[in-house]
Amino acid sequence: MLLSIKNLHASINGKEILRGINLEVNQGEVHAIMGPNGTGKSTLASVIAGRDVFEVTQGEITYKGKNLFKLPIEDRAREGIFIGFQYPVEIPGVSMTNFIRTAVNELRKYKGLDPISAVEFLKMMEENKRLVEIQSNLTNRSVNEGFSGGEKKKNEIFQMAMLEPTLAILDETDSGLDIDALRIVANGVNKLRTKENAFVIITHYQRLLDYIVPDFVHVLFEGRIVKTGRKELAFELEEKGYDWIKKEFE
Amino acid sequence: MTTALKEIITKERMINLFEKNRKEIFKNDPEPVSRLRQKAFDSFAQLGFPNNRMEEWRNTDLKEFLGKEYEYYFHPLPGMDVRKIFRCNIPHLDTAIIGQMNGWYVSKDVPLIRLGNGMILGSLAQAFREYPEIIGQHYGKYTASGKSGLNDLNTAFAQDGIFIYVPDNVHSPKPIQLINVIQHEENIFLQSRNLVLLGRNARLSLVHCDDSYNHQASFSNIVTEVHLDEGAFLDHYKLQNLNNNSTLISNTVFQLEKDAELISDFITLNGGMIRNNTRVLFNGPHGTASIYGLYLMDRRQHIDNHLYVDHAAPHCTSMELFKGIMDENSSGVFNGHVYVRKDAQKTNAYQGNRNILLTDTAKVNSKPFLEIYADDVKCSHGSTTGQLDDEAMFYLMQRGIGPESARMLLMFAFANEIVGKVSIPELRLRLEDMVKKRLQGELQICEQCVLHCNTPEHPIEFDIDMSKI
Repeated sequence: MLLSIKNLHASINGKEILRGINLEVNQGEVHAIMGPNGTGKSTLASVIAGRDVFEVTQGEITYKGKNLFKLPIEDRAREGIFIGFQYPVEIPGVSMTNFIRTAVNELRKYKGLDPISAVEFLKMMEENKRLVEIQSNLTNRSVNEGFSGGEKKKNEIFQMAMLEPTLAILDETDSGLDIDALRIVANGVNKLRTKENAFVIITHYQRLLDYIVPDFVHVLFEGRIVKTGRKELAFELEEKGYDWIKKEFE
Repeated sequence: MTTALKEIITKERMINLFEKNRKEIFKNDPEPVSRLRQKAFDSFAQLGFPNNRMEEWRNTDLKEFLGKEYEYYFHPLPGMDVRKIFRCNIPHLDTAIIGQMNGWYVSKDVPLIRLGNGMILGSLAQAFREYPEIIGQHYGKYTASGKSGLNDLNTAFAQDGIFIYVPDNVHSPKPIQLINVIQHEENIFLQSRNLVLLGRNARLSLVHCDDSYNHQASFSNIVTEVHLDEGAFLDHYKLQNLNNNSTLISNTVFQLEKDAELISDFITLNGGMIRNNTRVLFNGPHGTASIYGLYLMDRRQHIDNHLYVDHAAPHCTSMELFKGIMDENSSGVFNGHVYVRKDAQKTNAYQGNRNILLTDTAKVNSKPFLEIYADDVKCSHGSTTGQLDDEAMFYLMQRGIGPESARMLLMFAFANEIVGKVSIPELRLRLEDMVKKRLQGELQICEQCVLHCNTPEHPIEFDIDMSKI
């Protein structure tokens, strides 16, 4: 078992957002988490990442057999947890190259490896840029600064490719993307899928799942996973919308 | 003559000191300088030192710094060995270096050099003697007497400093690096004076460094007058890296004639108490001035940037951006005043001040101020003071970057907006390195000062090879 979430409750400013999440993810699996807006999908990603604005009030998360709550944010990342953000933050002045090389080297240091050589790093950059069809020269660009919506999302997938995570959680990576960008993002994910890693795709629409075929589809509603099924569940949701879920559980 | 001010410095003591050393002080003066000196002295006798009941000094109190004992000298220190100033070099930066020790021009052979292209570089005291006509035309013309006690005190006492003259249409082939090192075994009070003159369409890059050699206290009251004649261009850098017992009052006045362009960077890496009074006067239309500042302070350090930009002519553009990172108990002041006169139509002015406070005890007083009397202008200002961006910290840490490295990346990025504007590539690289070291707490004076001096045990002669200019 890669990730095991049991009865997870989390709140922000005293308001409970997650109200008893249970989820198990194994290596090699792709999970989709769907659900209406404001039901806690992004909160779940943030709690797994370790964002301290959220307070975990109950439950546990085990990752690779370890208590995840004992690890600081950066160690969770170094242990292979990657979040593809819905709204990647712009960081003026920090160059993409410097940022990504720092991240790659911190990861290598954690694994007891020497820093990556300049040649190897550049090669890796070029390969992964091709993967997500980033044309521009990232060297002179600050992290996400002045990137279009599509570029920001491609940049998240690019970083994922550079860091080779074990568990990637993509938070509405598809939102706001045109069909070409969506295809590129999905293609990136598919190429990075292995037997060793796992993906959790958080999405509002079924659209992305035309390109990335999930093993499991979960419906998150009011802080709980209320339905779990195979990919057919996604089609059902697309057809019927979320209202029938709401009716069933409200 | 050596005169120690063995008690706190007061107006009366300075007056006594002046009267007692009158002969020495006036010795090199051409007539116009003597006249200015006397006038400034009389004015100082009226004004005295500023105190924090004055609006301009409300957030910077000199009392503590004037309250120390200092020695005052009316000539270069006897036995001062030129070789004690270390070769100060920025790797691969090809500059002509002019040295000052405790404000006095350091000459190896000749106090004033006239280059083939007509440029004159060297000692101001010598320029008083050799070029009285140029001095008479420019000296003291850009700093008004009777407005600032400290300015007048400098005009009254200043005997030497640096003189740089670039004639009409001459482009200085390489940057000039002006280095003032403060080095004395006792506390020292110094007042040097610099005069930088760019003729019509002249071009110059000037790197101006203030450094301490040891940890002894000092009080420097320095005035630098800069004149840019029509179409002249000056790329100016002020690098301040003084010890924590230093007090530096740096008054810099720029007067820009028609079509002149000024770029000036004030980079403060270290210093106990630094006050930069910077004035820009647009005396003709179509001038451009870009003034940038970066200050990185910690402990009990205090930085005060006072800027006054006088748009006295139409169609001029001024751009100010000052950024600071304040740690521990440091304090800062930004006071920017843009004054747009009635006839200064089509003025374009921006002022910005951004600060990051790393602790609850660090503070900044920021006051951008626009005073506009023309009606067809574009002026704006902005000021922000806050912490490092939480969202950005989280993003970096989610990518496996530890909190210390993440902070460093963000602080460096913040600072680099200013350093990135440095147009001399070698200097920019050096500064990037210095800023990184400063932010990591590795930068100490002498060990690794802005000058990249070698170790004190290894003195190297000050190298001024004029044939290279």
